[in-house]
Amino acid sequence: MLEVRDLSVSFGAVRALRSVSFDAEPGAVTAVLGANGAGKTTLLRTISGLVKPFGGSVSFDGDALVGRNVESIARMGVAHVPEGRGVIEELTVEENLRLATLWCFKRAERQGAIDEILEVFPRLRGFRRRHASTLSGGERQMLVLGRALISKPRLLLLDEPSLGLAPIITAQLMALLREQTEGKDITVVLVEQNARSALSVSQHAVILNLGRVVVSDEAATVAADDALRHHYLGF
Amino acid sequence: MPCATTTSGSSAVTLFLNYTLDGIANGMIYATLALALVLIYRATRIINFAQGAAGMLTTFIAFSLLSRGWGYWWAFIVVLAIGFALGAVTERLLIRPLHGKSELNPVIVTIGLLVVFEGLAGAIYGNASRGFPAAFSQRGLRVGHTAIAFSHFDVFILIAVLVLMAGTLVLFRFTALGLRMRATAFSREIARLLGVRVGPLLTLGWGLAGIAGSLAGLLVAPTSAFGPYYMDLILVYGFTAAVIGGLESPVGALVGGLISGLCISYVGGYLGSGLEPLGALALLMVALMARPEGIFARPPARRV
Repeated sequence: MLEVRDLSVSFGAVRALRSVSFDAEPGAVTAVLGANGAGKTTLLRTISGLVKPFGGSVSFDGDALVGRNVESIARMGVAHVPEGRGVIEELTVEENLRLATLWCFKRAERQGAIDEILEVFPRLRGFRRRHASTLSGGERQMLVLGRALISKPRLLLLDEPSLGLAPIITAQLMALLREQTEGKDITVVLVEQNARSALSVSQHAVILNLGRVVVSDEAATVAADDALRHHYLGF
Repeated sequence: MPCATTTSGSSAVTLFLNYTLDGIANGMIYATLALALVLIYRATRIINFAQGAAGMLTTFIAFSLLSRGWGYWWAFIVVLAIGFALGAVTERLLIRPLHGKSELNPVIVTIGLLVVFEGLAGAIYGNASRGFPAAFSQRGLRVGHTAIAFSHFDVFILIAVLVLMAGTLVLFRFTALGLRMRATAFSREIARLLGVRVGPLLTLGWGLAGIAGSLAGLLVAPTSAFGPYYMDLILVYGFTAAVIGGLESPVGALVGGLISGLCISYVGGYLGSGLEPLGALALLMVALMARPEGIFARPPARRV
């Protein structure tokens, strides 16, 4: 389980997170929602070690994450898919996937892991030798999701996976996400501006406003609360 | 008269061939230094102005070892190892602590190192030029009855640089370590998020650049006025080669080195050796105007 307690982050005089606390359960998707500048991306970057907080704690399955470097956190089974489809454009599709296998698979097992993930994303199979820079937005998102899943993460942090994608592609991605995480022991934290789409695949929802948690509840409860949705989520 | 014309034409062709061969041999050396600059630039976005001077310093160490009776090849291997260590230590102690600060800071550090290395060599060995032994004969090979401007030592240069380039290519293309290094060079943050420990890879990159710089120093020394400043102009030519090739591509470094070597050789041969630096400058200007990103730079990503 992911436990975030009183997490506070500032960039100079700007307070990005103010005593943020919430839990994310294994086997469930926790949606982190909120407007632009609410602190959603900063929250994920702090969990994965890219941003150092000035206060509070983050622990995963009892192990403290704050104070560890990014690489060590990744090797604990934390896969962070950053905003903006973080493919490495200069590498091929297969090299992007292979990179994620290097720390967690033996040499002989790597190709099998890549082939297995390409079964999940068959669209990428024909592109394995192509540079990631030539992929469309949806294909890039499939690649980063595949790259995150290939290491069989225990904690998956997804930052705006639907950003800039057509609704049909977003729906496909969300269905894939649900398919790949349902019934498994993965803890998923999904940051989204597309609240409707995020709530449809989540069990829990956390709403951030100006760096503070204003709501932390069941996703179904948030989705059913018209006033809450209208006030914080804009639909 | 026809006979005279033939002789004159034949000597012009021979001259052209000699300038070409000379350009290829020198171009390989520029490619080596360009490779050193590329290895560091693509990993850390820093132009290492001290690369030539570091090669000079390690070549002076080779000079000391040879003066003490060491065999050439032992000195050669030890100096490449020292080049690696010098590059690695520079990254770990002087460049790494500047990460995240102004981009100008590491550049200033490399300029400072250039001055320190040249001052150190001058203080220990003096500023006078001296000779440096070559691994093989520098007498031109003969093709039939004609001596050409390509010696056994030039053949050695060609092989040594091609081995270095091939080794770099194999490392980057076919090994997990190379994949990690490329990922770190292209996107350090993503590489870290995928569990790649980037610190040791940056050190390794600077170390490999140190080997390439030391090799360039050893290859240039026998054919130049070996002293504390003999690598300064080679650094300029190597930088020109790296820019032509695209600053991020090892293959580009090789091609850029050959283009630079040939152009500079033709300028020196036909117009006078004093104009070689101007030839390099003109080449750099043309390259920057025609293709600022370099020949082997990847075109901007297509957004769909």
